Amino acid sequence: MTALLPRRGLAQILALIVILAVDRVVSPQFFDLRLQDGRLFGSLIDVLNRGTPVALLSLGMVLVIATRGIDLSVGAVMAICGAIAASLADTHSLAVVLAAALGAGLICGLWNGFLVAVLGMQPIVATLILMVAGRGIAQLITEGRIVTFSSPDLVWLGNGSVLGLPVPVVIALGMLILTGAVVRGSALGLLIEATGGNARASELAGVGTRAMILSVYVWCGVCAALAGVIAAADIMGADANNAGLWLELDAILAVVIGGTSLFGGRFSLVLAVLGALIIQTMNTGILLSGYPPEFNLLVKAVVVLTVLLLQSPKLTGFAGIAARLRRTKP
Amino acid sequence: MRGLPPALITAIVLVAGFAACAVQFPNIASTRVVGNLLTDNAFLGIVAAGMTFVIISGGIDLSVGSVIGFTTVFVALAIERWGMPPLVAFVVVIALSAAFGAAMGAVIHVFDLPPFIVTLAGMFLARGASFLLSTESIPITAPIYSNVSDFALRLPGGGRLTAIAIIMLAIVIGGALLLHLTRFGANVYALGGSRTTASLMGVAVGKMTVKIYMLSGLLAGIAGIVFSFYTSAGYSLSAVGVELDTIAAVVIGGTLLTGGQGSVIGTFLGVLIQGLIQTYINFDGTQSSWWTKIATGILLFAFIALQQGLVALARRPLAKSAGAAT
Repeated sequence: MTALLPRRGLAQILALIVILAVDRVVSPQFFDLRLQDGRLFGSLIDVLNRGTPVALLSLGMVLVIATRGIDLSVGAVMAICGAIAASLADTHSLAVVLAAALGAGLICGLWNGFLVAVLGMQPIVATLILMVAGRGIAQLITEGRIVTFSSPDLVWLGNGSVLGLPVPVVIALGMLILTGAVVRGSALGLLIEATGGNARASELAGVGTRAMILSVYVWCGVCAALAGVIAAADIMGADANNAGLWLELDAILAVVIGGTSLFGGRFSLVLAVLGALIIQTMNTGILLSGYPPEFNLLVKAVVVLTVLLLQSPKLTGFAGIAARLRRTKP
Repeated sequence: MRGLPPALITAIVLVAGFAACAVQFPNIASTRVVGNLLTDNAFLGIVAAGMTFVIISGGIDLSVGSVIGFTTVFVALAIERWGMPPLVAFVVVIALSAAFGAAMGAVIHVFDLPPFIVTLAGMFLARGASFLLSTESIPITAPIYSNVSDFALRLPGGGRLTAIAIIMLAIVIGGALLLHLTRFGANVYALGGSRTTASLMGVAVGKMTVKIYMLSGLLAGIAGIVFSFYTSAGYSLSAVGVELDTIAAVVIGGTLLTGGQGSVIGTFLGVLIQGLIQTYINFDGTQSSWWTKIATGILLFAFIALQQGLVALARRPLAKSAGAAT
């Protein structure tokens, strides 16, 4: 692998540049930006804005996957928190709305973390429970309707702008910096990687693996809650059936494209967010090209398979052997 | 694992649930309702039988819902637009879905990748392919479809055992025999217990992986045909999320998601429990459909927690359990 990729992340950056170039060919105005009413508009801004929910989800997901786990429930958690935010928005202040929604996400994360860390369930199974039941809970909150609201504060979260950038993008950027500062500014990231690499060995070495696992699921829940609030604010309503539907798969995909191994043990926050942007750039490109949006799924499938094959331990083995052979040759 | 086998617990839950529903709504205890229960869940039962093999072998197959969707669109187009005789279309689509499953199994084995993510790619691929074929719902008007829908065995009490219910029962019985009585079935358990041990024992791990995913794909194809009989149409968005219902049914049926334990009959009972919850909510009328999801989630949790407990019991220090047994 090292023979192919001199530096970590180069492949992802190259992929993003290639896809951006393809988008430029498909739509000549792709890189055009204009400032209107103190806010930037253009396809690039659109990519950033639309990519926000998946980027936020992938921030939480990448930490979970780093501990060798997976969280299937993030889409359902988005729906629950969006439903809570939308139902409270017109009667309560923004602070209460955000506290309630993020609190719900925290509780969902605690539940998942409890099942995995304390009861020792397999992460896929443990989070499957909330994935199935969560959408039902969200529908319970909205009573099966699409709850709409007009609270300007919450709408601003989805559609406002700060320094010309859409608020969701600013929030995602803030979360990236916050998460990065916490996990990479301290030994926390290392401990998370240790837990994923070998939980037993880490436990013996004195790492509180249980607390690590619990906290990454909680963080994942909070990120999903934020994504749910933004998704609800964006459409000024909460649709329990469709909010965040299948986004857990996109988030996992973003993490995998970002080069984080599903077997845990190493992770990169920036590359995971880059993965989310790659997915969104592809989506936007397909939309702009005039192909039916259904094409998306096929393109995604091909991308997943390519990335998987590049990551495959077997192929890495071949590449390693090839590199060694090359080195031994005079 | 001593004590009650998990499938028996599922059976007790099903009987108790059915009795509780029948006390509240006496009409539930009729062959009509039971017949409909089997018909409505026929496709789920078929695809869940295949998923049982995959999960017992320690894998997972997320692509089945998309394969069902693809199959319905393909069958509808083949019969209505391309003028293929229905039976030929069935054979072609079953061969396609089996080959698709086999290809996923091969990728999983050859490149040593997690089944979760490979079948996730398969899910995107199959759904994307069905969108490419057609995004509209295509009604199927071939005579075989009305013949099959009209065919039913009369049950005492006015119930109807429809053709698709019979297909499902046959596949469940066939699956149970395959799993419990053949070398293939024994190998599936061996693979789920431990791949390394199975390989050392002389099980051809690669071949088995391909065969297991091929079986799952094949049954998903048959489930798709049954689904098209059920709706008399092909639609690329049909059976979205069925993989979750299927996995839930398998888990409620007492199959261990880590592999090595489980039964097709248990899965069948798990499918019936899900159908029963749906029927109860329909009968009640005041409860809303979202309670199905919540109830399924609660059941899932209960069964997984139970399994977790049983596994913990089985892993107790040997001396202690030996002392307790004698």
